[in-house]
Amino acid sequence: MTDVIKEDQVLDCSGMLCPMPVVKTSKAMKELQAGQVLKMIATDPGAPPDMEAWSRQTGNELLRSTTENGKFIFYLKKK
Amino acid sequence: MSKSDPNAPKRLALIASKGTLDWAYPPFILATAAGAMGWEVGVFFTFYGLTLLKPDLSASVSPLGNPAMPMKMPFGPEGFQNIAWPMPNLLMANVPGFEALATTLMKQTFKNKGVASIEELRDMAIELDVRMIGCQMTMDVFGFKREDFIKECEIGGAATFLEYAADADVQLFV
Repeated sequence: MTDVIKEDQVLDCSGMLCPMPVVKTSKAMKELQAGQVLKMIATDPGAPPDMEAWSRQTGNELLRSTTENGKFIFYLKKK
Repeated sequence: MSKSDPNAPKRLALIASKGTLDWAYPPFILATAAGAMGWEVGVFFTFYGLTLLKPDLSASVSPLGNPAMPMKMPFGPEGFQNIAWPMPNLLMANVPGFEALATTLMKQTFKNKGVASIEELRDMAIELDVRMIGCQMTMDVFGFKREDFIKECEIGGAATFLEYAADADVQLFV
Protein backbone atom coordinates (compact mmCIF):
# COMPACT_ATOMS: atom_id res chain seq x y z
CA MET A 1 0.00 0.00 0.00
CA THR A 2 1.53 3.26 -1.09
CA ASP A 3 0.81 6.62 0.43
CA VAL A 4 -1.69 8.81 -1.31
CA ILE A 5 -0.12 11.86 -2.91
CA LYS A 6 -2.36 14.88 -3.07
CA GLU A 7 -1.88 16.93 -6.18
CA ASP A 8 -2.44 20.68 -6.47
CA GLN A 9 -2.86 20.66 -10.23
CA VAL A 10 -3.63 18.06 -12.92
CA LEU A 11 -2.27 18.12 -16.46
CA ASP A 12 -3.57 15.67 -19.03
CA CYS A 13 -1.14 15.06 -21.90
CA SER A 14 -2.99 12.00 -23.21
CA GLY A 15 -2.56 11.55 -26.95
CA MET A 16 0.44 13.88 -27.16
CA LEU A 17 3.81 12.74 -28.42
CA CYS A 18 7.33 14.00 -27.73
CA PRO A 19 8.20 16.75 -26.89
CA MET A 20 4.74 18.00 -25.86
CA PRO A 21 4.42 16.19 -22.48
CA VAL A 22 7.72 17.74 -21.28
CA VAL A 23 6.93 21.15 -22.75
CA LYS A 24 3.40 21.23 -21.26
CA THR A 25 4.71 19.96 -17.90
CA SER A 26 7.35 22.66 -17.77
CA LYS A 27 4.71 25.29 -18.57
CA ALA A 28 2.31 23.96 -15.91
CA MET A 29 5.06 23.81 -13.29
CA LYS A 30 5.80 27.50 -13.77
CA GLU A 31 2.28 28.26 -12.49
CA LEU A 32 2.85 26.33 -9.22
CA GLN A 33 4.40 27.47 -5.95
CA ALA A 34 7.46 25.73 -4.48
CA GLY A 35 6.43 22.48 -2.79
CA GLN A 36 3.19 22.08 -4.76
CA VAL A 37 2.55 18.89 -6.70
CA LEU A 38 1.56 18.43 -10.33
CA LYS A 39 -0.11 15.23 -11.47
CA MET A 40 0.65 14.62 -15.12
CA ILE A 41 -1.09 11.99 -17.23
CA ALA A 42 0.43 10.78 -20.52
CA THR A 43 -0.03 7.98 -23.04
CA ASP A 44 3.27 8.40 -24.88
CA PRO A 45 5.45 5.35 -24.04
CA GLY A 46 8.45 7.70 -24.23
CA ALA A 47 7.11 9.76 -21.32
CA PRO A 48 8.46 7.68 -18.38
CA PRO A 49 12.17 7.96 -19.31
CA ASP A 50 11.66 11.54 -20.51
CA MET A 51 9.99 12.68 -17.30
CA GLU A 52 12.79 11.12 -15.26
CA ALA A 53 15.35 13.01 -17.34
CA TRP A 54 13.28 16.21 -17.11
CA SER A 55 13.11 15.84 -13.32
CA ARG A 56 16.89 15.33 -13.05
CA GLN A 57 17.62 18.28 -15.32
CA THR A 58 15.22 20.74 -13.68
CA GLY A 59 15.55 19.59 -10.07
CA ASN A 60 11.78 19.19 -9.70
CA GLU A 61 11.36 15.91 -7.82
CA LEU A 62 9.51 13.03 -9.48
CA LEU A 63 7.65 11.70 -6.43
CA ARG A 64 6.03 8.80 -8.23
CA SER A 65 5.76 7.31 -11.69
CA THR A 66 3.05 4.68 -12.20
CA THR A 67 0.93 3.05 -14.87
CA GLU A 68 -2.85 2.89 -14.56
CA ASN A 69 -5.09 1.42 -17.26
CA GLY A 70 -2.46 1.92 -19.92
CA LYS A 71 -1.81 5.53 -18.90
CA PHE A 72 1.37 6.85 -17.33
CA ILE A 73 0.86 8.92 -14.20
CA PHE A 74 3.54 11.21 -12.78
CA TYR A 75 3.60 13.18 -9.56
CA LEU A 76 6.06 16.05 -9.72
CA LYS A 77 6.97 18.34 -6.87
CA LYS A 78 7.97 21.89 -7.70
CA LYS A 79 11.35 22.79 -6.24
CA MET B 1 34.79 23.63 -20.10
CA SER B 2 35.08 27.20 -21.18
CA LYS B 3 31.97 28.43 -19.39
CA SER B 4 32.53 31.86 -18.00
CA ASP B 5 29.71 31.53 -15.45
CA PRO B 6 29.71 28.24 -13.49
CA ASN B 7 26.12 28.80 -12.37
CA ALA B 8 24.80 29.32 -15.88
CA PRO B 9 22.14 26.85 -17.08
CA LYS B 10 23.08 24.18 -19.59
CA ARG B 11 23.18 25.38 -23.14
CA LEU B 12 22.16 23.81 -26.45
CA ALA B 13 23.42 25.20 -29.76
CA LEU B 14 21.78 23.89 -32.93
CA ILE B 15 22.33 24.49 -36.61
CA ALA B 16 19.17 24.01 -38.70
CA SER B 17 20.31 23.70 -42.30
CA LYS B 18 17.33 22.02 -43.97
CA GLY B 19 13.90 23.43 -44.71
CA THR B 20 11.80 20.41 -45.59
CA LEU B 21 8.99 19.26 -43.30
CA ASP B 22 10.79 16.11 -42.17
CA TRP B 23 14.02 17.95 -41.34
CA ALA B 24 12.23 20.87 -39.70
CA TYR B 25 11.16 18.63 -36.83
CA PRO B 26 14.48 17.67 -35.18
CA PRO B 27 15.71 21.20 -34.40
CA PHE B 28 12.33 22.39 -33.11
CA ILE B 29 11.73 19.24 -31.04
CA LEU B 30 15.19 19.44 -29.46
CA ALA B 31 14.96 23.19 -28.94
CA THR B 32 11.59 23.03 -27.17
CA ALA B 33 12.53 19.98 -25.08
CA ALA B 34 15.76 21.64 -23.94
CA GLY B 35 13.91 24.88 -23.23
CA ALA B 36 11.40 22.90 -21.14
CA MET B 37 14.31 21.50 -19.12
CA GLY B 38 15.46 24.99 -18.28
CA TRP B 39 18.35 25.03 -20.74
CA GLU B 40 19.42 28.03 -22.78
CA VAL B 41 18.84 27.32 -26.45
CA GLY B 42 20.09 28.96 -29.61
CA VAL B 43 19.37 27.84 -33.17
CA PHE B 44 21.26 29.07 -36.20
CA PHE B 45 19.03 28.85 -39.29
CA THR B 46 21.19 28.65 -42.36
CA PHE B 47 20.85 27.72 -46.03
CA TYR B 48 17.50 25.99 -46.60
CA GLY B 49 16.85 26.01 -42.86
CA LEU B 50 16.44 29.79 -43.05
CA THR B 51 12.98 29.39 -44.59
CA LEU B 52 11.80 27.97 -41.23
CA LEU B 53 11.88 31.55 -39.95
CA LYS B 54 9.32 32.80 -42.47
CA PRO B 55 6.00 33.90 -40.95
CA ASP B 56 4.08 31.38 -43.07
CA LEU B 57 5.69 27.97 -42.91
CA SER B 58 5.28 26.09 -46.15
CA ALA B 59 7.65 23.23 -45.40
CA SER B 60 6.94 20.17 -47.52
CA VAL B 61 8.49 16.76 -47.84
CA SER B 62 9.76 15.09 -50.98
CA PRO B 63 9.66 11.33 -51.34
CA LEU B 64 12.41 11.68 -53.92
CA GLY B 65 15.80 11.23 -52.30
CA ASN B 66 14.22 9.88 -49.11
CA PRO B 67 14.37 6.16 -49.87
CA ALA B 68 13.93 5.09 -46.24
CA MET B 69 10.83 7.20 -45.65
CA PRO B 70 7.97 4.97 -44.50
CA MET B 71 4.89 6.19 -46.30
CA LYS B 72 1.72 5.63 -44.29
CA MET B 73 -1.91 6.39 -44.94
CA PRO B 74 -3.52 8.61 -42.29
CA PHE B 75 -7.00 7.09 -42.70
CA GLY B 76 -8.78 3.74 -42.76
CA PRO B 77 -8.52 0.80 -40.36
CA GLU B 78 -5.39 0.39 -38.25
CA GLY B 79 -4.06 -2.49 -40.34
CA PHE B 80 -4.32 -0.34 -43.44
CA GLN B 81 -2.69 2.62 -41.71
CA ASN B 82 0.23 0.48 -40.64
CA ILE B 83 1.09 -0.65 -44.16
CA ALA B 84 4.43 0.81 -45.25
CA TRP B 85 3.80 1.72 -48.87
CA PRO B 86 6.70 1.19 -51.23
CA MET B 87 8.73 4.33 -51.69
CA PRO B 88 8.13 5.96 -55.03
CA ASN B 89 10.96 5.85 -57.48
CA LEU B 90 12.18 8.64 -59.71
CA LEU B 91 9.29 8.05 -62.09
CA MET B 92 6.50 8.24 -59.51
CA ALA B 93 8.05 11.17 -57.66
CA ASN B 94 7.92 13.08 -60.93
CA VAL B 95 4.14 12.82 -61.14
CA PRO B 96 2.76 16.35 -60.69
CA GLY B 97 1.28 16.82 -57.23
CA PHE B 98 3.07 13.83 -55.75
CA GLU B 99 5.13 15.95 -53.38
CA ALA B 100 2.03 17.82 -52.24
CA LEU B 101 0.31 14.47 -51.65
CA ALA B 102 3.25 13.09 -49.66
CA THR B 103 3.32 16.30 -47.59
CA THR B 104 -0.41 16.12 -46.86
CA LEU B 105 -0.13 12.47 -45.87
CA MET B 106 2.79 13.11 -43.55
CA LYS B 107 1.16 16.13 -41.92
CA GLN B 108 -2.09 14.23 -41.37
CA THR B 109 -0.34 11.12 -40.02
CA PHE B 110 1.69 13.26 -37.60
CA LYS B 111 -1.44 15.11 -36.47
CA ASN B 112 -3.37 11.85 -35.95
CA LYS B 113 -0.55 10.43 -33.85
CA GLY B 114 -0.39 13.50 -31.61
CA VAL B 115 2.74 15.19 -32.95
CA ALA B 116 2.65 18.98 -32.78
CA SER B 117 2.89 20.91 -36.04
CA ILE B 118 6.04 22.85 -36.90
CA GLU B 119 4.06 26.07 -36.35
CA GLU B 120 3.08 24.97 -32.84
CA LEU B 121 6.63 23.92 -31.99
CA ARG B 122 8.04 27.20 -33.25
CA ASP B 123 5.49 29.19 -31.19
CA MET B 124 6.48 27.07 -28.20
CA ALA B 125 10.16 27.78 -28.87
CA ILE B 126 9.44 31.52 -28.94
CA GLU B 127 7.56 31.21 -25.65
CA LEU B 128 10.55 29.37 -24.14
CA ASP B 129 12.88 32.20 -25.19
CA VAL B 130 14.79 30.09 -27.68
CA ARG B 131 17.28 32.37 -29.43
CA MET B 132 16.76 32.09 -33.19
CA ILE B 133 19.47 33.43 -35.45
CA GLY B 134 18.87 33.78 -39.18
CA CYS B 135 21.95 33.54 -41.37
CA GLN B 136 22.82 36.88 -42.98
CA MET B 137 24.87 35.28 -45.73
CA THR B 138 21.98 33.01 -46.76
CA MET B 139 19.71 36.06 -46.86
CA ASP B 140 22.13 37.83 -49.18
CA VAL B 141 22.52 34.78 -51.43
CA PHE B 142 18.81 34.05 -51.81
CA GLY B 143 17.72 37.68 -51.82
CA PHE B 144 15.74 37.70 -48.57
CA LYS B 145 15.08 40.80 -46.50
CA ARG B 146 14.82 41.17 -42.73
CA GLU B 147 11.06 41.70 -42.99
CA ASP B 148 10.66 38.32 -44.75
CA PHE B 149 11.21 36.65 -41.36
CA ILE B 150 9.45 36.59 -38.02
CA LYS B 151 10.21 39.51 -35.74
CA GLU B 152 11.29 37.18 -32.91
CA CYS B 153 14.44 36.13 -34.72
CA GLU B 154 17.70 38.00 -34.96
CA ILE B 155 20.08 38.09 -37.90
CA GLY B 156 23.71 37.15 -37.60
CA GLY B 157 26.62 35.34 -39.14
CA ALA B 158 28.89 32.42 -38.40
CA ALA B 159 30.81 34.31 -35.73
CA THR B 160 27.60 35.16 -33.87
CA PHE B 161 26.66 31.49 -33.73
CA LEU B 162 30.15 30.24 -32.91
CA GLU B 163 30.49 32.61 -29.99
CA TYR B 164 27.22 31.27 -28.60
CA ALA B 165 28.15 27.64 -29.36
CA ALA B 166 31.57 27.94 -27.72
CA ASP B 167 29.88 28.06 -24.33
CA ALA B 168 27.32 25.35 -25.14
CA ASP B 169 27.19 21.91 -23.51
CA VAL B 170 25.55 20.34 -26.55
CA GLN B 171 26.09 21.38 -30.17
CA LEU B 172 24.31 19.67 -33.04
CA PHE B 173 24.12 20.15 -36.77
CA VAL B 174 20.78 19.20 -38.35
